[in-house]
Amino acid sequence: MDTSVRSKGTLKLMIVDDSNIIRRRIERSQQIARLEVVGAASNGRAAVEMFRRTQPDVVTMDLTMPEMDGIECVEELIAINSEVLILVVSALADKATAVEAIEKGANGFLCKPFTDRQLNDALEELLSEA
Amino acid sequence: MFKEAEIRTFIEGTTNYFETSAQQSATVGSPYLVTDGNPGAYEYTGVIGVTGARKGVVYFTAPRGMLTVLLMRMQETDTSDENIKDLVGEVANTISGNARRDFGKNFVISVPVVIAHDLEKVTTPHSRSFVIPINWRTHSAKLVVCLE
Repeated sequence: MDTSVRSKGTLKLMIVDDSNIIRRRIERSQQIARLEVVGAASNGRAAVEMFRRTQPDVVTMDLTMPEMDGIECVEELIAINSEVLILVVSALADKATAVEAIEKGANGFLCKPFTDRQLNDALEELLSEA
Repeated sequence: MFKEAEIRTFIEGTTNYFETSAQQSATVGSPYLVTDGNPGAYEYTGVIGVTGARKGVVYFTAPRGMLTVLLMRMQETDTSDENIKDLVGEVANTISGNARRDFGKNFVISVPVVIAHDLEKVTTPHSRSFVIPINWRTHSAKLVVCLE
């Protein structure tokens, strides 16, 4: 049986960001019909716990967070499920950080600040490459 | 020492933030140098500690009125004190993080520390700071860059 993200209908989305307004913004602004938000976490450690519990297919991931940063969290999530699609959403605009996130297993990078359209384009691109 | 020419990175980050997040441009006044260690603050301040190749702080400070309207422009209906504090920290984080486009990965930024309702707690580690005045709609705010 094909269990890949491509073969699924509705996909579960988890949002990880230490900013409540960014978490709410992503939830409100994402218009991808296939995505259903199953949870939101405010740091990497909480995200790992929520990831095990909710088993999302797609994750948006901030990088600069307390307790466990986003790069470390990406590594942990990939170790749990290498099929998960991760879009890093961060203000860290240097190329080296984007490359590091991709090397650790992220699938895309969206720089803050972002418009609703940029967010949806980045999510569409993420899903189209799955 | 932080050079005056490098302030452009932060000016661009500030204008980009308002254009993208609020879909409404902000006007940036002429940056000026403060040498008495007191660049000043408004009611809410988001402070980012900087380590690595540069050391010091970057802070964004604004009055509640500006932050409330900014939240509303972002379609956020909850304008509680918690969300106002969250926003001022996020603005500081975003502008500082974007500066890595020019300064590179060794411009290491902390998570934001937010100071609200206590202007005297807003301090800088060095006496010399650059202040970027920001005008948006009818509101004034500032970005303070205090780096070695």
